[in-house]
Amino acid sequence: MGRAVAVIGTGQTKHGRRDDLSYPDLVREAVKKVFEDAGITPRDVDGVVYGSMPSMMEGVAYNHFYFADALRVVGKPLLRTETCGSTGQSVAHTAIHWVASGMADVILAIASEKENEGDAQATMMTILEPFLQVVIGGAPIAFSLQSREWMGYYHIDDAKAREAASIVSVDSHDGGLANPLAHIRVKLSKEDITNAPIITYPVRFYDVCPISDGACAVIFASEEKAKKICKKPAWVKGIGFRGEEYFIGDSSKAVWQSTIEASKEAYKEAGITNPLKELDVAEVYNPFSYQELMFLECLGLCPPGEAPDYVIKGTFSPGGELPCDPSGGVLCTNPIGAAGLIRVAEAALQVTGKAGEHQVEGAKLALSHAMGGAMQFNGVTILGSEL
Amino acid sequence: MAEKYKVDKDLVRMEIVDFTFPEKEYRTSRHDTVLPYNWALGPTWTRFFDGLKEGKILGTRCKKCNKVLVPARTFCPICYEDMQEWIELPQEGSIETWCLVNYKYYGQVKEPPYIIAQIHLDKADCSLTHFIGGFNLSDPDKVRGKMKTVSRVKAVWSKEKHGDIYDIAHFKPV
Ligand SMILES: [Zn+2]
Repeated sequence: MGRAVAVIGTGQTKHGRRDDLSYPDLVREAVKKVFEDAGITPRDVDGVVYGSMPSMMEGVAYNHFYFADALRVVGKPLLRTETCGSTGQSVAHTAIHWVASGMADVILAIASEKENEGDAQATMMTILEPFLQVVIGGAPIAFSLQSREWMGYYHIDDAKAREAASIVSVDSHDGGLANPLAHIRVKLSKEDITNAPIITYPVRFYDVCPISDGACAVIFASEEKAKKICKKPAWVKGIGFRGEEYFIGDSSKAVWQSTIEASKEAYKEAGITNPLKELDVAEVYNPFSYQELMFLECLGLCPPGEAPDYVIKGTFSPGGELPCDPSGGVLCTNPIGAAGLIRVAEAALQVTGKAGEHQVEGAKLALSHAMGGAMQFNGVTILGSEL
Repeated sequence: MAEKYKVDKDLVRMEIVDFTFPEKEYRTSRHDTVLPYNWALGPTWTRFFDGLKEGKILGTRCKKCNKVLVPARTFCPICYEDMQEWIELPQEGSIETWCLVNYKYYGQVKEPPYIIAQIHLDKADCSLTHFIGGFNLSDPDKVRGKMKTVSRVKAVWSKEKHGDIYDIAHFKPV
């Protein structure tokens, strides 16, 4: 994969409804933190990568120019990468490629969203052309269709899937409670979840991520720089990314090839043959609790069609074999463009022992993941404590 | 715990009320952007929509992999070959997946409740996204019960056709 690359610092805003700050000020909150964490200055940075959802989300086209000052990009090269929900993973991968190629030594990667400034669902309607697939516009619809397809394909009983999705939601919300930066911080019972109103059957209110404002910044560095600057870097062990056809009906979303292939590529590069056994923690992109079940299978963390059984027996719960989304995941915090980079930052915090109250004890190898488009893209980044 | 959230179902928004920022009144500034677009449909989708106006569902076949795709395509997404052989598809098929849409949002194409489904038309090698209808959708639990018994559906055409995807009103259970 080229030169070794490490994460040498992360910075996240307090996520939530941030009407208290203008968009550039919000971005700056994350950028200030990443420089404090890495202990370097913008002078040490060779280039900047930025990404968000489509500009309609906040109404400023080329928002990376709007934030140029906050991004500390004046006088430096700037790349923009954008793949919808998987933007954050793509931003990380762009930075990793840049450093791995030897063209740069230190790259600042930033992703953000201020969803409350626009209308997230309305923006998501513009992701599809308006005359053929527009009827499935709106994220809950697309992902509910996918959940049912998966349940139908493996003949998963409604009640069993419901039970497992509720566990995912309870665990994620417990994670959110332990993460001071999470947007939704509330204790929920399984009953709260199963009694919540239906959004798009079978998905209920607490199966759905919130609408969040937030930004995340991560600094990537070459091996030489990382060893010089950082006492405890998080090493990039492997990355994978795959895309699919545009028309949703052209391929199976229950056996989701882009997730399967992206993770396989990352595992191969990381030398991982049994991910469930070898990984210590996973930050799986889970904007919908039902979708996480499917991801657990497609990421190869349990056999196909058996995610509900594994979830019900506690494999992915706190204290289980592979705790998932100890940060609260996307279910508790979803500034969409930033959500995939937050997964990377959280994986870095875990393998460097800096995750605080939501630290998974002794974590050395962590998976981060995000999905995007009209079920079109999947990205995976694996970080480890050892080079 | 539900009382901690302000639930605005019309917008599927969760707003937390136990976290507040410093008590200063910050202003927001409202601006709307409305932009007109005129999308070229090209020869393939023009013919597809003309077909709908005549009450036909048209797909195209790839000469290399032999797959029939609907809506009709100019080229095969896998083989990249031209797809010039036109096929009129049967108007019946099976449901691959469905969901009941029970909330409102901006830009929505139809007043909820409605059912969106992936419908695998007979003789096609993919599924088509469209509505399922023709029965009462007001009670989610009853809809779920009804849909358990439905596997085959048939196209129902709109009274007035405009050469667009809504010329098919919905698919109804057979
Ligand atoms: Zn072909």
